[in-house]
Amino acid sequence: MITVRFTRNLQRHVACPTLRVMGATVREAMQAYFHRYPAVRGYVLDDQGRLRQHMAIFIDGRQLRDATGLSDPVPPDAEIDIIQSLSGG
Amino acid sequence: MSNRCHIATRKGLFSLTRGDAAWRIERASFLGDNCTLAMHDPRDGALIAALNHGHFGVKLHRSRDGGANWQEIATPAYPEKPADYVPKHTPVEGRPADWSLKLVWSFAPGGADEPGVIWCGTLPGGLFKSTDGGDSWELNRPLWDDPLREQWSGGGADEPGIHSICVDPRDSRRIVIGVSCGGAWVTDDGGANWRRGGRGMRAEYLPPGQEYEPNSQDPHLIAQCRANPDVLWVQHHNGIFRSTDAAASWSEITGVQPSVFGFAVAVHPHDPDTAWFVPAIKDEKRIPADGRVVVTRTRDGGKSFEVLSNGLPQEHAYDLVYRHALDVDESGERLVFGSTTGSVWISEDSGDNWSTISTNLPPVHAVCFDKHQVA
Repeated sequence: MITVRFTRNLQRHVACPTLRVMGATVREAMQAYFHRYPAVRGYVLDDQGRLRQHMAIFIDGRQLRDATGLSDPVPPDAEIDIIQSLSGG
Repeated sequence: MSNRCHIATRKGLFSLTRGDAAWRIERASFLGDNCTLAMHDPRDGALIAALNHGHFGVKLHRSRDGGANWQEIATPAYPEKPADYVPKHTPVEGRPADWSLKLVWSFAPGGADEPGVIWCGTLPGGLFKSTDGGDSWELNRPLWDDPLREQWSGGGADEPGIHSICVDPRDSRRIVIGVSCGGAWVTDDGGANWRRGGRGMRAEYLPPGQEYEPNSQDPHLIAQCRANPDVLWVQHHNGIFRSTDAAASWSEITGVQPSVFGFAVAVHPHDPDTAWFVPAIKDEKRIPADGRVVVTRTRDGGKSFEVLSNGLPQEHAYDLVYRHALDVDESGERLVFGSTTGSVWISEDSGDNWSTISTNLPPVHAVCFDKHQVA
């Protein structure tokens, strides 16, 4: 099972608990998550299904490469972290 | 007269009520969040607030109890862009609009005869309609698919946007919208067909020969007179214009002191000859002339203007008033405006005198009175 976790900054706006889901790619894993928590989708993806410009996804600590199609493969027991792509000081 | 108004700011939504003697801040909602716009629906009393969470995108919330409780509702979403889509025109920026919501820039309730209808203008240029009070939204395709829409350009923003929506109280199928930069567009059939309506608007900064191109105009805000909806006023990037034929043509009004530049305009709901503006030095500086905050008012259709300053700061004041940050109530007697430096002023005598409500709010994006009639 894949573990999907969200930054606490997002939990202030929408319920997004840590879940264990199935999926061979980031997109499949996120779709499984959004199936359970549909309100979260718009906070992470834009209208065209791309990762929002200032968001970041890490798979076992490695940054997502395909922010458009979320096609990066995911190991069966991976941990996916969704965080803000912070800037500034 | 309205006893309630709402101030949308960079750090929350503040609701003001008038007690027996004075106005006070009754409630703060969404404290800490960027509330970019608010709308009060006169048909059912609902409040809708637009939040821009930055990283997390734009979200809408609705309250049916005057702001005590809020519920997140649907956000307008652009449809999936066809894989083989090729723009017919190259916009000024040299890249086509991204089919993704950047900002909710305008709200307007539909007519009294169409409860639940809400129009929403957005960046990058899509007009959305809800028929269920904001529970769902649909992009107006006739406007979005018009090849001329692809020629719109950003005015002060990276993307073009619809900031003004005027629904004719006599016939809710007749709508005028304002686009920066795309001029004024008009529909007579509820959005099935659109035509340009900005003839006479002038942008002196455009290349020679293109100054009057309707689709290139930058109207900062278009406001309609409720009693005579054929009369509309615009605070344009280039100055002040007025239409008396439902936005088909516009006449430029010149010589207004201290400046014809600004963003906001409000029209008296009963008198099409009376309108208010908040001038600023054009156009890179965007501060009040001489450090004095003033409101200009015409009561004769633009032939003459009064400069109103009683109660407003008259030295070292650098407040800028955004396009949605001035409103007039249904009586035409009460006005409210808010500034980028967090000041809010209210007048109860059509602008002759002003009271300071606060000088310490976050930067003000938009203000709106509670109203009982549409438009």
